[in-house]
Amino acid sequence: MELPIPRPNHDTQPYWDAARDDRLALQHCTACNKVQAVPRSFCGHCQSPDLVWRDSNRQGVIASFSIVQRGPTKAFKDYSPYVLALVDVSEGVRLMLNIVGDDRLDAQIGDPVEIIFEARGNDGFKMPQAKRSGAK
Amino acid sequence: MSARKQHTARITGVADTAMGELAGSTAMGLHAEAANAALRDAGLKASDIDGVLCGYSMTLPHLMLSSVFCEYFGISPTFNTAIQAGGATACIMLANAVALVESGACRHVLCVTGDNRLSGMTRDGAVAALASVGHPEFEQPYGMSVPASYALVAQKYLQEYGISRDELSGISVAARQHAALHPKAYKTDPLSIEDVSNSRIIASPLRLLDCCLISDGGAAIIVSAADAAADTRKPVRVLGSGQGHTHEHIMAAPSLTEFGCKTSSALAFAQAGVTAADIDVAEIYDSFTITLMVELESIGFFEKGAAGKAALAGDLSLGGKLPTNTHGGLMSYGHSGAAGGAFHIVEAAHQLRGEADKRQVDDAGLVFVHGDGGILSAHCSLVLGQE
Repeated sequence: MELPIPRPNHDTQPYWDAARDDRLALQHCTACNKVQAVPRSFCGHCQSPDLVWRDSNRQGVIASFSIVQRGPTKAFKDYSPYVLALVDVSEGVRLMLNIVGDDRLDAQIGDPVEIIFEARGNDGFKMPQAKRSGAK
Repeated sequence: MSARKQHTARITGVADTAMGELAGSTAMGLHAEAANAALRDAGLKASDIDGVLCGYSMTLPHLMLSSVFCEYFGISPTFNTAIQAGGATACIMLANAVALVESGACRHVLCVTGDNRLSGMTRDGAVAALASVGHPEFEQPYGMSVPASYALVAQKYLQEYGISRDELSGISVAARQHAALHPKAYKTDPLSIEDVSNSRIIASPLRLLDCCLISDGGAAIIVSAADAAADTRKPVRVLGSGQGHTHEHIMAAPSLTEFGCKTSSALAFAQAGVTAADIDVAEIYDSFTITLMVELESIGFFEKGAAGKAALAGDLSLGGKLPTNTHGGLMSYGHSGAAGGAFHIVEAAHQLRGEADKRQVDDAGLVFVHGDGGILSAHCSLVLGQE
């Protein structure tokens, strides 16, 4: 069974468009200089609407992870075991991603990772994912 | 913030239904059964109820659940609404009921919950539905589930405070020992540390027996104004309440080791004029072993990293320093959604009234109750005391 493909809305479309292009785009607030993970129409720190998109350098660190043996749906059961992780991206946001790559099951808290882009479906949609630095 | 005066509202009726896999049960039937039993417990009639608060049901998702309930039950209250805050729903319903009776808006508020989520849907269906607390674009497409999200907290928490596997298991075993003393508990067969520590992994480091049950069941609580409580059977007092809200999605949680329970409990203790050390019994939301561990420590009952050791030493058991989840909690008594958190309140009232039979804690004068919704997202704490 196919893994689910996110359905972007007006707030999030630029994030997913950038991912198709192998870019991790993050929203920066020009009023308070904070960066936010989930895109929205206002800054989640200072409520300003003055947000700009900037590309991330795609470097991060594993804040926590779990090796999931029992996925919540048929598609994720077929995909199990997989590594669900919270990744602190160097610009200062935390994303939920999968750790991918041949050494994914060796993941540990504090491991440096690189954000990569994984095709999902047949329409060019890509998911940001994390690969331990040096992994294949 | 200026000091809040102690609450004056009373809990005047509590009841829960049978627990477990209840063939033929329906969400509304469980609501009505619990409501009738709570009215009997209080010595009130359905027509005495002027306020109704409902939660939510997974088998009966509805935009107007409280209207559906009132029609089904045959009452026409003058205040009626539904509240949804995941596992914090029951405690938040109670806090709202307290505000309604203390403001004079209502005399007797019925808080009523119930779900047939075990017999009325598949286990897979329930697990998938619960995962909807995850962000639809930024969490669910990565295979987020509720157990996996709590596992993210557990992985960090266990490492940060050097907690062993068996310490986590001790939490589960203590709950099962209490459930064995409750005639209505869903799971009562004996459980050892090894059973929990060797159960199959769901999402590392959490194993099957770190996780709560899925059960059919319902519960109702009636909250009354102080003067209106005089003609009820055996009221108990609500002394303090508090909430803490820091995030909905675990990716947006400001910390993986500190949560809103710290704020909610501090507010509730301050309003009640007590401290954690004064509490005789704790009834705390325990969706997973890690949930209870984090909450016991954040709330201040134990130092960081000490709650699991305390569980293994018997401190959470009857006769221990802080008997906790004396009915068996969500891990052994039962978990029926919004009703799951209500079972903790029902047990708290039983303890304060001295009606907890074999589970009775001697001199239970002050009980702390806590609910948590989402992934340690929404928190509500209550301090309850004797009349």
